[in-house]
Amino acid sequence: MRTFIGIDLGSTTTKAVLMDENRAVLGRGITNSRSNYDVAAMVSKQEAKISARFTLFKQALGSGGGAELLLADLERNFRLEQFLSELQQLEVTCEAYLDSPRFNEMKSALKEALSAVFRKIEGEAPAIYAPGADRKSDFFRDIAGSRFMNIAEAVAKQSGLSFDTMLNIYDKSIIDIESMVSSDETVSAQLLNGLSRALRHLDGVEVSEAEAQRALKEVLDIKLEETYVVGTGYGRVRLPFPKEHIRSEILCHGLGAHMMFPGTRTVLDIGGQDTKGIQVDENGIVTNFQMNDRCAAGCGRYLGYIADEMKIGLHELGPIAMQATKATKINSTCTVFAGAELRNRLALGESRADILAGLHRAIMLRAMSILSRSGGVTDQFTFTGGVAKNESAVNELRKLIKENYGELTINISDESIYTGALGGAEFARRAVMN
Amino acid sequence: MSDQKIVKSNSQDVQKEMITRNYDKITSGKVKVSSTFVPGNLNELLMCFDIANNLPEINAIQNAMRKKSGEMIMEAERSGHSEDVCTYVKADIGMMAKGNIAPNGKPFPDPDLLLLSYTGCFTFLKWFELLREQYKCPTVMLHVPYAADGHVTQNMRDYIVKQLKEEVIPTLEKISGIKFDIDRLREYLRKSAIAEDDLVWMLESAKHKPSPIDCYFGGVYYMGPIFTAFRGTDECIEYYKLLREEIQERIDKGLCAQTPEGDMAEEKYRLVVEGPPNWTSFRDFWQMFYEAGAVVVASSYTKVGGVYDYDSFRHDPANPLETLADYCLGVYTNRNLPTRVDMLARNIIEYEADGLLINSIKSCNSFSAGQLVMMREVEKLTGKPGAFIETDLVDPRYFSAANVKNRLESYFQMIDQKRRAGGSAIAA
Repeated sequence: MRTFIGIDLGSTTTKAVLMDENRAVLGRGITNSRSNYDVAAMVSKQEAKISARFTLFKQALGSGGGAELLLADLERNFRLEQFLSELQQLEVTCEAYLDSPRFNEMKSALKEALSAVFRKIEGEAPAIYAPGADRKSDFFRDIAGSRFMNIAEAVAKQSGLSFDTMLNIYDKSIIDIESMVSSDETVSAQLLNGLSRALRHLDGVEVSEAEAQRALKEVLDIKLEETYVVGTGYGRVRLPFPKEHIRSEILCHGLGAHMMFPGTRTVLDIGGQDTKGIQVDENGIVTNFQMNDRCAAGCGRYLGYIADEMKIGLHELGPIAMQATKATKINSTCTVFAGAELRNRLALGESRADILAGLHRAIMLRAMSILSRSGGVTDQFTFTGGVAKNESAVNELRKLIKENYGELTINISDESIYTGALGGAEFARRAVMN
Repeated sequence: MSDQKIVKSNSQDVQKEMITRNYDKITSGKVKVSSTFVPGNLNELLMCFDIANNLPEINAIQNAMRKKSGEMIMEAERSGHSEDVCTYVKADIGMMAKGNIAPNGKPFPDPDLLLLSYTGCFTFLKWFELLREQYKCPTVMLHVPYAADGHVTQNMRDYIVKQLKEEVIPTLEKISGIKFDIDRLREYLRKSAIAEDDLVWMLESAKHKPSPIDCYFGGVYYMGPIFTAFRGTDECIEYYKLLREEIQERIDKGLCAQTPEGDMAEEKYRLVVEGPPNWTSFRDFWQMFYEAGAVVVASSYTKVGGVYDYDSFRHDPANPLETLADYCLGVYTNRNLPTRVDMLARNIIEYEADGLLINSIKSCNSFSAGQLVMMREVEKLTGKPGAFIETDLVDPRYFSAANVKNRLESYFQMIDQKRRAGGSAIAA
């Protein structure tokens, strides 16, 4: 089938959306941008195709008869298969590094230690992907990295080897693993294996194993032809695409927001390094925009930096800030000053939650300034980008919008991170279909 | 980029030679030198006293294009000038601290006079206060009233003429030892007007489709002689005659605008640009335009020295002092915002441009104040989309190529989208 793909290369994550001829979104994929945009683009595209296979499989199974259960279990088991296969590649790569002359003396000891670490991670893998298990990240690098660190530290201690050496081998190897893109064949095999695993112990599913397998095979046989691919985002110029396949992220976000919420007239997008205020007309055509200039103060990376300073996860910032009783007044959205201001406020006895609420408000004040420079906020208002997932940021934004522009419809999609890629996919579709 | 072959026309070579000769004259030690600024400069009057004109902003630009302004600005900051000070000023102060070497490699002489003939930029006043402190030389200030109501009154004109008679001319006589000869001034003004006719012809040649010239990046070269030390000279007349012939030839051949890499292959976007260019990344900046097929058909910056096309001003030898007054009063940034808006909107309509692009300069209040409002007004008047980018004059730290390119590409694609005016339905 003909498919149209939009890829949004952000500074933090790379997103892909795969669309069919009828403008139906079949799949979405996301990966960390790494330092290599080409790979990030390919991985996100492959992830979007995988997600499309799930959509098509779901359509083939229909509803009822425990189909939802089966799908959810297939997804988990597929991710487990994917994880195990990447873990195996990681082990092979780590071992290859041991051939370096500097490891001559301890090669066999290191090999043994690494093997112990990998066996342990392998053993833990089913639990990582067990139903209801909480994962802080879905990226292989994050999951494998944190497990490796914990286990290798203990193993190193027991075996009298240097933890730093083991970590060094891991750090070198993970870069190679991240540069690998799974082939369609590998993905198909992983999906079929995942299905076998899922069917092994699944109650309440009426679909027979043979039926399910036939349906999945049929779905895997559908060729997802990349009819047209459009690239956008921070790293778009690095994409190995001809120029006409590259669209500005501002236009893609405008169009994407319009497609998600057709009543959209003003879009705020806060990404890793950019804050953009965009005005669109009733057709999703951009009529005006403003963005931060040379300085990325108050963008997504600011929150990342704050989280690092506080030694907490990025996703924990919002929930902590929501517990605030007041918002501490923070004057600087300068990422470099923020650390100093933060420590200063803590030293003055302000609560972490109040400070964080203040930081979120500071970001949104800056966003409000960019919005007003772009022409203000007109109903309906759509907020997109990674920061739209942060409830405290959203909370502050709602307050500021109400104070400055009154009661407006504020749209935030669960899929808001894919807004740019969605616009890109639609541009790709139009390039062929219109 | 520097090792690439740069395509140049004859007129560019001629101009380069003129500029070199002028720097040699200034640094020769044989002539009296006045520092003065580009907007509303009194070149014809200075020539009546055989005084050479040295323009600090042009020196800053020359240093920026030679990639030297960055270190000069840092030098000025070391001596206490804040990050927010106009970077032309800091480049100049830094140049002085580094030996005051002119682009020809020879040291600038201390000026014999500081002549301020445009007061719309408050920074100019402060700048000359610093120079006066440094050189302890005579300073003369011509106070030019802001045309706040959008037009020049007889009262304003008389006020300037009075200052010329009572302050400026006597000072020039004293410094040069030459008696003022009004007929000599008339003769220079007559020559100015001839060159000015060809200058306006050049500006208006961009109405052709495709435009034979880029009137912003190319325009800053084309306006060079008229706004600097050459207005009123025969060589200025010759330069514009040559330029006119070159442009006429381009029109006859149907060529698109000339760029450093040759003729632009296809003209896709026609823009009107407001604000000065960035000088430290001038070529990279220009490239972002011509690579996308964008040509600037009119710009406010090509009117920074004086405005000739909007209300048909020409230096008038019949009324020599009044015409100098009108020239000073008519400077682009001395016009009120509604007039600037009208000027830009008319440019967009008359030059059939796709819209207005504003290059907002971090350290230039004269240009930057009110630009967003101007953009909205021009959009309303023309129905054409505007866009806003931010750079600086000569501080290399304030040019973010990725950011500027991102906005430019978005703007070009926005224009495409508007042209197609295609809508979209809701995603399924």
